[in-house]
Amino acid sequence: MTATATRVDESAPNRPVRPPRVISFSQRLSRWDLKVSPYLYISPFFIMFAVVGLFPIAFTAVISFMDWDLVRNSGQFIGVDQYAWILGQPQFWTALRNTFSIFLFSAVPQLIAAIFIAAMLDRNIRAKTFWRMGVLVPFVMAPVAVALIFSNMFGDNHGLVNNILTDVGLPAIQWHKDAFWSHVAIATMVNFRWTGYNTLILLAAMQAIPRDYYEAATVDGAGPFRQFRSITLPSLKPTLIFVIITATIGGLQIFDEPRMFDQFGRGGAAQQWLTITLYLYDIGWGQWNFGRAAALAWILFLIILIIGLINLLVTRRLVRDEGRR
Amino acid sequence: MTVKLSRRTKAIAGIASAASIAIIATGCSAPSDSGGGDGKVELTIATFNDFGYSDELLQEYMDENPNVTIVHNRAATSNDARANYFQKLGKEGLADIEAVEVDWFTEAMEYSDLLAEVPADAKGRWLDWKEAAATDGEGRLVGFGTDVGPQGVCYRSDLFAAAGLPTDRTEVAALLEGDWDNFFSVADQYKAATGKPFIDSANSVLQGIVNQLETAYEEPDGTAVATENADIEDAYNTVVERAVPISAYAGQWSDDWFASMANGEFAAMLCPGWMHGVISGGAPEVTGWDVADVFPGGGGNWGGSYLTVPADGKNVDAALKLADWLTAPEQQVKAFVNAGTFPSQSDAYEDEGLTAFTNEYFNDAPTGEIGINRAEAVTVATFKGPKFFQFHDALQNAVTRVFDGVEDQSTSWNTWVTEVSAF
Repeated sequence: MTATATRVDESAPNRPVRPPRVISFSQRLSRWDLKVSPYLYISPFFIMFAVVGLFPIAFTAVISFMDWDLVRNSGQFIGVDQYAWILGQPQFWTALRNTFSIFLFSAVPQLIAAIFIAAMLDRNIRAKTFWRMGVLVPFVMAPVAVALIFSNMFGDNHGLVNNILTDVGLPAIQWHKDAFWSHVAIATMVNFRWTGYNTLILLAAMQAIPRDYYEAATVDGAGPFRQFRSITLPSLKPTLIFVIITATIGGLQIFDEPRMFDQFGRGGAAQQWLTITLYLYDIGWGQWNFGRAAALAWILFLIILIIGLINLLVTRRLVRDEGRR
Repeated sequence: MTVKLSRRTKAIAGIASAASIAIIATGCSAPSDSGGGDGKVELTIATFNDFGYSDELLQEYMDENPNVTIVHNRAATSNDARANYFQKLGKEGLADIEAVEVDWFTEAMEYSDLLAEVPADAKGRWLDWKEAAATDGEGRLVGFGTDVGPQGVCYRSDLFAAAGLPTDRTEVAALLEGDWDNFFSVADQYKAATGKPFIDSANSVLQGIVNQLETAYEEPDGTAVATENADIEDAYNTVVERAVPISAYAGQWSDDWFASMANGEFAAMLCPGWMHGVISGGAPEVTGWDVADVFPGGGGNWGGSYLTVPADGKNVDAALKLADWLTAPEQQVKAFVNAGTFPSQSDAYEDEGLTAFTNEYFNDAPTGEIGINRAEAVTVATFKGPKFFQFHDALQNAVTRVFDGVEDQSTSWNTWVTEVSAF
């Protein structure tokens, strides 16, 4: 406000010119303090982000167009060859398929389970806090520890799951041979870890639903299931969208679980459970080909961007729907 | 431009190496008081797994050389060491002496100009093929050989007896003497008698056969011959046709495989010296294990490491001296007693500490003497190019696919050909 007024004053030609004022250094300092300090206070984050976030991203883009030798720190510009190589690899497409397959196997059952567990926890039960904290326990465990335990359970010959199956007279499942079952096994690890986390977020959203709705519905004679379907679910929409988007981004970057699934960590002999990040890691740190790894990183980035955009469009539509309702 | 890039890469390498923070920390603290005016030198040595370089052994050197202090950093696995090595080679932060495993040694040899040369008086003390593998195109020897992995055959005498096969280790050696064909027919015999697989894994057989070839996947001049090499195709076909049916597993090191060591799922394993520890560790309760002084198709070597001295280190001369001492015959025998790492030089093979050594777990088998015989039976040093690991890994996958029944013999071979032609 004042700034605009001053500027108008100065630009007006008919005003008498003010005599130049000598400003002392301390005055100037306090002026700078006012102008610069806020930026200094918020700068640590942006400096950190530029160093560990932006810079590596930009440098990755540069390297992705080069044949890079890490040891000698030199590279040769070769254009889009690295991208072409990646897209021409059958492994890449298998990895893409696996990533989406594992993502679907984990995200869908996980969210359905999370909604129902949250609905249970939303009711009047004894020792509420205990149960609510309980669902978060798996999330606190280190992913590698989870993967270690589960890959032991999913052993082909001596695993716990197969031992139980054969004891009951069912055939043993070839967890490390069949692509479908390996995805199920890996998705189980993901679900174990993330269901509780999503449950708590959805529970928080459920608690925010005004209780009046339920009271009115009860008066109208709606049963618990009808209430869940007609009140709880629609009110959860915005939260569900958030949960779905975070699950998508996480799912497309899945790494720990497939890496720990066998002793080599390279996704299986026929790439049964090779995911994009696993493939990226192998090209970079297994074959020391940073040019190709950087190109793959950018391809993954674009994939996530596209999926993110689709998510955004869907979100907008759903939210508008809700507004109309 | 180059300067800028190198600084940037360093930053990236720093960020990326979160996994090896411990190694970085020690690497950075190393130069602080080394090379001071009073002649005191602090030497860092980086190894992985267990090289048998115990504190007592290093103290021995420090007692002989009072001006030297040794700091020993041990990485958990050779993979960690590999990542650390290539991130820092040619830059800063490597230890004065760095251990390199034979699997990624050829990759390191691509940068042999960044490594210090082994002093002339140390040359010639290693087994010929061990030394040849560490000599680059210009004739510079850049690696101090530590251990080798001469392969014999470990077997369960109790299971052999149950199948009607001989159990005494000299008789077993005589039984398995000969080529791979003979080995497979004994295996078939065992399988026919018991219905169980004879050997632990098909890919260990592939490893054994490939380690007996002159050239595997690349020619010394750098051309890739993997898919045209008839020997490799033969090896693949032999393994798929003969080894897959008599193997318990496709590959080694899985949870199932470790669990199987103790429960008699198979009767034999191809075993280099360092495998003895794996077996006794995996099946401490089992009493039937023994070692036969024989290997199908002659001698075979699997594994073994080198010590290298990065040329831009702060104390290259002192480091060369220590590496020389550590890999001298007497110290190699001590390392063998400490950790079972088998010496790579013929002089050590006259040492009584080695010749008289018996392994209690393996029914008191004279594993020292067997190792010497097996090491001397190795006549071929397979040429392993810089992409050996990639090619071999992909071929192992091909065998695994057949074993798992995912693809048939020829489909799996073709998949491999397509896969590796993109390398």
